[in-house]
Amino acid sequence: MISGLRVRRRDDTPRRAESRVSDPVLSVRDLRTEFTAREGVAVAVRDVSFDLRRAEKVAIVGESGSGKSALGLSIVGLVDKPGKVVAGQVWLNGREISRLGDRELGRIRGSEISMVFQDPMKSLDPVKTIGDQIVEAIVTHEPTLKRAAARRRAVSLLREVEIPFAEGRYGDYPHQYSGGMRQRVMIAIALASNPDVLIADEPTTALDVTTQAQILALLGKLVEQHHTAVVFITHNLGVVAQFCERVEVMYAGRLVERSPVGKLFEHPIHPYTEALLNAVPRPDRRIERLQAIGGFPPPLTSVPPGCSFEPRCPLGHGRAICRDAKPVALELQGGEGAVIAECHFARDRWQTAAAT
Amino acid sequence: MNSKGGFTPLPGLRERKGDIILRVETLGKKFPSTRRLVGSGEGQTALTQLSFDVARGETFGLVGESGCGKSTAARCILGLVKPSAGRVVFDGVDLADLDRHELRKVRRNMQMAFQDSTASLDARMSALAIVEEPLVIHGLGTRLERRRRAEETLALLGIEPEQARRKPHEYSGGQRQRIGLARSIVLNPELLVLDEPVSAVDVSMQAQILNLLRELQDRLTLAYVFIVHDLAVAEHFCDRLAVLYLGSVMELSDRDSIFRAPLHPYTISLLSAVPIPSPALEDQRERIILRGEAAQDGQESETGCPFRPRCPVGHDRDICRSERPMLERKKADQWVACHFPGELSVGDVMPAAAVPA
Repeated sequence: MISGLRVRRRDDTPRRAESRVSDPVLSVRDLRTEFTAREGVAVAVRDVSFDLRRAEKVAIVGESGSGKSALGLSIVGLVDKPGKVVAGQVWLNGREISRLGDRELGRIRGSEISMVFQDPMKSLDPVKTIGDQIVEAIVTHEPTLKRAAARRRAVSLLREVEIPFAEGRYGDYPHQYSGGMRQRVMIAIALASNPDVLIADEPTTALDVTTQAQILALLGKLVEQHHTAVVFITHNLGVVAQFCERVEVMYAGRLVERSPVGKLFEHPIHPYTEALLNAVPRPDRRIERLQAIGGFPPPLTSVPPGCSFEPRCPLGHGRAICRDAKPVALELQGGEGAVIAECHFARDRWQTAAAT
Repeated sequence: MNSKGGFTPLPGLRERKGDIILRVETLGKKFPSTRRLVGSGEGQTALTQLSFDVARGETFGLVGESGCGKSTAARCILGLVKPSAGRVVFDGVDLADLDRHELRKVRRNMQMAFQDSTASLDARMSALAIVEEPLVIHGLGTRLERRRRAEETLALLGIEPEQARRKPHEYSGGQRQRIGLARSIVLNPELLVLDEPVSAVDVSMQAQILNLLRELQDRLTLAYVFIVHDLAVAEHFCDRLAVLYLGSVMELSDRDSIFRAPLHPYTISLLSAVPIPSPALEDQRERIILRGEAAQDGQESETGCPFRPRCPVGHDRDICRSERPMLERKKADQWVACHFPGELSVGDVMPAAAVPA
């Protein structure tokens, strides 16, 4: 009856066995990234570890000052002065990539791992046509491809990301495209050589909500088709609920909670996660006052000695253990649906949640 | 404020009169075409036929995506831009009847709060000076009175006098937002136009600001014209709203009606597009993905409904192509501009739990 395109949110087809290979496609271990500023050293990524399985869609949720963008850049080796990855490892397809030189990394970027950013204008060259930029991305990884063939592939990529009149729009410049279309182009470029992992850093934040819906639908379709694993960096909990299967919550440089998406929203363990969920206006929950989280995240140059959330924590504020001792990551549930939280009261909160 | 421009102290709770403070009537704005020096000179219609009332102490939301005209509407309301059609009547006075001097006086009572307070605060002035400035500009009070009033206002926003002498960069983002707000209310206005006050901030900051705005509204009987693109925020905060698309009102209603039973396909598409922070509810949803994007410059259709090219209901229908639908009243407080209102239903895109009872 309705002629607009309707899309079911979840793909109902059962996952094929081979897309759930036991080895993760991406593994991050004890990653540490520091930025040297006048005020001191900002530790944006503080000993972070996580895995990403093939075709999995994981969210890194955090607000500004959490280090989430730095984490994304660290994984693909794009951290530039005054920042530096000072410790840890990044394993991609079984190979450690954090110490690779620019040339090697250049080969891997695009073909095995790609990144899409919030603002396409920062990544697109304003004086080159869209078509030329896509061709550039293609021939970087397939240098033997003839120009004509690369051009054809570029046009078909534009079609794949649903740019209308792709053939004609090939010769346009970035400023002639709308924000939504530019983002589609970024996605086209990022997926041009079929990478195994896509890191998307706030890809829809700058877009109108209906455009966001289009882009998320497109992204969902493409990663499903290509079995691309996605690390979706965002502060938007609605997008997380819509798009991702698993969530890592980031605060002051640490991953403080890991949980399958359903469980996270239903029974958040870390008080920060819970506070975040209570601060968002929701149509299914009408309240007069949103529960704002008082205070502000700590500057990454001077994170509190104990739990970094303690000053703002409704549960731990003022408690000696929270103030003085850093909480350790506690695995509350293992396996594929792992739940891990870094909180001195994680066990209690887990048991309470299990009881309800 | 007394009529001589003298100073009255910040009142406590003003008497809530509940009458209309702002009336916008068939407001329209056309901008001259920027494409050619010579040529059609047709211009671009940024806004057309916008009409709504705001009562004292009430929040009216202007909701829409880029290019919908909400910012243009704000500028017309504040008298910063002359409308091409219609009028803005503030506190019983048509802004067009006022000369520059009188308009300035009216502006004491109608202020704007900016989206990006960091950019709008003078980096060389202390918070106190920033908040005093409107008083200085309007020649109100003695130096001591201005200082006291600025301090009171900042304190109302959680910045104590001892902390008020720093420069903007020495405050956090959230504090800067508060300083900007303090500046907007120091003159004790009755209406505040808020242009996307929370779209550029984090979740936790958003909640703080929204709560603060609500508190200020209750304490000072402030009316708000709230420009927002985030429907979830609009639903939480606004009493009544108008949904705009490419300069025209698609639907105008009280909050509950719009979210319980929206009638316009665009409103429903917007609701469909907004992700709900609940995987359980998201799992149950079907989405309407609109085709294409809102018309770029020069592509606007002169006839027919501006939403037709993307409309899931009307895009193939003759009447939608040929006749622009007028805003019609469907219920006590619900107006829709559509030839087939209600053909699409909110139940098609929202799980029952997310629709107000």
